[in-house]
Amino acid sequence: MRVKYVLMFVETEEFAKDFAALEPAEKEAAYRRVYQWFEDHADKITNRGSKLQGAETATTVRLDGSVMTTDGPFIEGKEVVSGFTEIDVEDLDEALRMVKTWPACPVIEIRPVAEM
Amino acid sequence: MDAGDELARVVRDHAGRLAGGLVSLLGDFAAAEDLVQDAVEVALRRWPVEGIPERPDAWLFTVAKRRGLDVLRRQENYRAKLALLQEPEHPPPDDRLRLIFTCCHPALAREAQVALTLRVVCGLTTAQIAAALLASESAVAQRITRAKRKITDAGIPYRIPRDDELPERLTEVLTVIYLLFNEGYLSSTAERAHSRDLVDDAEWLTALLHGLLPNEPEVAGLLALIRLHRARTAARFRPGLVLLADQDRTLWDHAAITEATALLTRTARRHRAPGPYQLQAAIAACHSEAGSWDETDWPQILVLYDMLLTLQPSPVTCLHRSIALSYVRGPAAGLAELEALAGELNTYPLFHATRAQFLRELDRPAEAHAADERAAELTTNPAQLDLLHERLATQQLGTPQLETLQGEPR
Repeated sequence: MRVKYVLMFVETEEFAKDFAALEPAEKEAAYRRVYQWFEDHADKITNRGSKLQGAETATTVRLDGSVMTTDGPFIEGKEVVSGFTEIDVEDLDEALRMVKTWPACPVIEIRPVAEM
Repeated sequence: MDAGDELARVVRDHAGRLAGGLVSLLGDFAAAEDLVQDAVEVALRRWPVEGIPERPDAWLFTVAKRRGLDVLRRQENYRAKLALLQEPEHPPPDDRLRLIFTCCHPALAREAQVALTLRVVCGLTTAQIAAALLASESAVAQRITRAKRKITDAGIPYRIPRDDELPERLTEVLTVIYLLFNEGYLSSTAERAHSRDLVDDAEWLTALLHGLLPNEPEVAGLLALIRLHRARTAARFRPGLVLLADQDRTLWDHAAITEATALLTRTARRHRAPGPYQLQAAIAACHSEAGSWDETDWPQILVLYDMLLTLQPSPVTCLHRSIALSYVRGPAAGLAELEALAGELNTYPLFHATRAQFLRELDRPAEAHAADERAAELTTNPAQLDLLHERLATQQLGTPQLETLQGEPR
């Protein structure tokens, strides 16, 4: 049995602040570690990782009855999804092993993709 | 052992095996578990009336299979699987190990791990689990249903963790069992002081795990710890809580103490650095081996607490260490160590009860009384409450020490 999961990479305020304070060379190295991670796990990654723009750029649409409103980010959170990727692995344990080596943001949500 | 206990033992021994075998065969955790649970419930109804069958495992298997047929007849895709079902003569022993690791998977909430382990591995019914955990039956049922759904939907594997994952996952399993033991040993709820059933389950599970993983030192350590505490049960409740200092040591199960201590020694000889369960068991062994309270080897206990603290720093362990320290270097030294924990343990009843004891020994009775009152306000355990009230009523100096309640650092 194989399971598809979406890994949602979650940034915290502290992580974003610390990252912003890094020297350009250190930022470069941090990105390289992330690319390396995608390379190391390429056989299990079914789409390329996608980095999202900041939460302040989000537009949330609420369909409340007949009225449609749009506004900023859906959640004003201290933890914000900053990217995602889809993986195809044996089971949750394999996903957990993979995630343990993730070199960047401190929180990852692993959610199985529902079979439609 | 009465018929009820015997029945519980039989169900426990066979429900886990059966569940393990069925999950392997069906490849469907939830379906297999439902079949077993149905069979267990029939057994609990019928065995007390009809007597325990000659081969309880075969009986359970037959019922599970028959019930399964009723359900599966409507589900065409299971029919082929069912045809494969043979009565497991000797199911591979690691089936139950796989079961334990699945039930205690770190992706499940702690409460779900506990309920699921009691249900699937020990074979308890929802009603029994609810009674043991003092939760409502509907809450337990929901917890179990959600957990089983998550196992299937989130892709939690039914297998023994790989070698590199085993230590971490085994720690998770031991935490669940330790939680059961603690809850049974000194219940946090007001309804009763002590629940024998959960301690039985915790011991049984640890013994099972020890049988399946004989070379894991911390499993042996936890088994020794539970058995050392159980060996003192007869003296500990008469029927109120009797502190270690006041227990009638002739009532202790000395054969069980010797056996548990020997297990601990064997384990220590094979592995160099003892883990937290072995250290806690070693502390319990020091108490168990002392001929009287006065003969307690406090310096040795203090060393063991120091080792425990380097592995697992916790304010509750610091509290127990302060008690040992007071016996080595006097109550003033104990009090000084204890006061440093005031911030973290302000709502922990044992902190105030211990403080009261030190203050009494230091001849500060008014402060001691106030501290005992604070402890009594905070505790919900009826036996602890009785003791504190007694102490507050008599107010005499040199009343019984609150024992170092090792084995329950919550």
